[in-house]
Amino acid sequence: MGEVKIEVGKLSVSASPHIRCDESIAKIMWMVNLALAPAALFSIYRFGLSALYTMVICIVAAIVTEYAIQKWQGKTITVSDGSAFLTGLLLAMNIPSTVPWYMPLFGSAVAIAVAKHTMGGLGFNIFNPALVGRAVLLASWPVAMTTWPTMASKLDGVTSATPLGILKLQGYAKLVEIFGDKMTMYKSLFFGSRSGSMGETAALLLILGGIFLIYRGYINWQVPVVMIGTVGVLTAVFGQDPIMHMMSGGLILGAFFMATDMVTIPITVKGQMVFAAGAGALTVLIRLLGGYPEGVCYAILLMNAVTPLIDLWLKPKKFGARR
Amino acid sequence: MTRSFRGGVHPNDRKNFTAAKAIEVAPLPEKVVIPTRQHIGAPCSPIVKVGDLVKKGQVIAETQAFVSSPVHASISGKVAAIAEYPHPVFGSCSAIIIESDGKDEWVEGLPIKREWQSLESDELKDVIRLAGIVGMGGATFPTHVKMAPPKEKSIDMFILNGAECEPYLTADHRVMLEEADRVVTGMQIVMKALDVKQGYIGIEENKPDAIKVMREAVSGTAIKVVALQTKYPQGAEKTLIKVVADREVPSGGLPMDVGVVVQNVGTVVAVAEAVEKGLPLIERVTTVTGGAIAEPKNLRLRIGTTFAMAIELCGGFKEEPAKLIMGGPMMGMAQCSVDVPVIKGTSGILALSAADINSGDERPCIRCGRCVEACPMGLVPSMLSILGERGMYEAAKEKYDLLDCVECGSCVYTCPAKRNIVHYVKLAKAQNAAAAAKK
Repeated sequence: MGEVKIEVGKLSVSASPHIRCDESIAKIMWMVNLALAPAALFSIYRFGLSALYTMVICIVAAIVTEYAIQKWQGKTITVSDGSAFLTGLLLAMNIPSTVPWYMPLFGSAVAIAVAKHTMGGLGFNIFNPALVGRAVLLASWPVAMTTWPTMASKLDGVTSATPLGILKLQGYAKLVEIFGDKMTMYKSLFFGSRSGSMGETAALLLILGGIFLIYRGYINWQVPVVMIGTVGVLTAVFGQDPIMHMMSGGLILGAFFMATDMVTIPITVKGQMVFAAGAGALTVLIRLLGGYPEGVCYAILLMNAVTPLIDLWLKPKKFGARR
Repeated sequence: MTRSFRGGVHPNDRKNFTAAKAIEVAPLPEKVVIPTRQHIGAPCSPIVKVGDLVKKGQVIAETQAFVSSPVHASISGKVAAIAEYPHPVFGSCSAIIIESDGKDEWVEGLPIKREWQSLESDELKDVIRLAGIVGMGGATFPTHVKMAPPKEKSIDMFILNGAECEPYLTADHRVMLEEADRVVTGMQIVMKALDVKQGYIGIEENKPDAIKVMREAVSGTAIKVVALQTKYPQGAEKTLIKVVADREVPSGGLPMDVGVVVQNVGTVVAVAEAVEKGLPLIERVTTVTGGAIAEPKNLRLRIGTTFAMAIELCGGFKEEPAKLIMGGPMMGMAQCSVDVPVIKGTSGILALSAADINSGDERPCIRCGRCVEACPMGLVPSMLSILGERGMYEAAKEKYDLLDCVECGSCVYTCPAKRNIVHYVKLAKAQNAAAAAKK
């Protein structure tokens, strides 16, 4: 038997534990991208190539901006972790496909440069970068950002105003009339035959993607359920059609993919439920009383701002806490 | 239904390397390196000189301090040197090096034969103290101290920790299978010394054979075997007590605050040996395993056997290890040398391959909340790591309950950003202690 020897300095020495699970930031981010893929592909199918161009511009701009900033700051380049890709994709899902090319470019650059990297990069941003990008675009080009494409496919794309826009300006009766009857309206909302931002249309595919993320344990089911549920309950209380409200606008996309953005929401499940309820209530407030037809984006951004407070308020229950 | 606790993680336990392998008695080592610190508490001073002839079981280092434990020669032979030597826990420590005379003779008068029933509580505790018994699960807290709680704490329950929730380790598992009667005897002795009537053995469900064997062994006694859900850190004292007794050790408190004393499997076997045969603690069962070990085994090793010798008995390395660890992979201590000796708390020697450790570059916290879900103590580990990283040690203590962290490592295991949370916790604790000492 030979003697067992190890050269000095060969062994890695660190604090325990010495084994790790298989998860990584890149794995989580790419899984979220994957979960969004069906809805993204569907929107290309519905809105045509302009949707694809807008999406590509958003994603490429996000990645290039992140690369440039990290290069400039001499930081490790992390564009391959999928998070800049995700920001780009999410921004694309939040804007109409027909906007001129420089808008998604600008929005994506703002999302990454201002919302993400001025805060310190991944993990440090307070606001959801994609939503900041969208808010900036909406403030800068309000008309282009609310001009909706007529659907390219032969499916029954109904109108070029969004359902919530029609509701705001012309009332509920008119909205139902446009679709024909209530059931047709619900079906259209659920299967995506209506106008809107690229990622707003296909409720079904967004929900399937969300369920995949819940199954993988990357998001908590409580967030979408509480947020969408709050919108349903409050709109019903105010005498509106809750089913229509729950499936309209960016609510499903927001509830499954943006109110669940781990960086910008509370860290405990309890806190996340408060966050979701708050986002749902603000959405209803904006939709019913505000000037905008849709409020998911601002609702989530406002709740992002109070996330640190929620985290301070709702810490987990400590083991053996003295009463 | 098996009872459980909040939080925890499910690492791949990798116990299949050694779970089915019977304990093998290691051949007599030619030389042992016995550090004078085998335990938490006051170090001992050598009471032998270089050149002295010593016998197995002879006291070679001791101290008068209460929170301490004497050290015995683990082989017979000549004291070759007393010098600073690498130590698996303290980095380096004065050690007594004994060269074997090949005879392996007990010190005069040992072993004896004694009925444990004939001894009173205080006599039992004395025997345990003199036998140098400390917690053999890894913490190495002197056992007689744990068994002598202050008068105002009334103890009514003893729990034997057979969870062995650390991945890879199977030493306790094998001891329960092969020495079930010794385990039960040791436990009865401890219960008599503590004067408690309720005794439980908690064993994780991934050891059904041990649960069965121990159930048979305790029949006819007041001791009950409790099957525990397989989940790390089930064997941490607080979670074990929570599940077995449904009592919550208060924050900052000890098991005795809820009337419970917990001991490790190996420890009570050592107690039985000391009380019935008069034998001090000079050997222990250690699992030598990991992806880099050629032939993983459960070995009965003399205290003072170096890791290199133990690994050699397992066929050496089959690949270059990335990490060498004393204890389990979740709470064990990384070593920088194979020359460190086995001490009383060496439950395992792990040589992990690069594939085993699955490490990655540390990234910023993305606040995913997985650590919060995993923390059995109900803390926010992500904040502890961030505050530790930024040097905000006092905030970690005052606002985020730093001192409640038991350093089980569940958070680090589950972290997708590969953050070294336990490292920051240890750092913050040390810095706070240093700051307090300055005042």
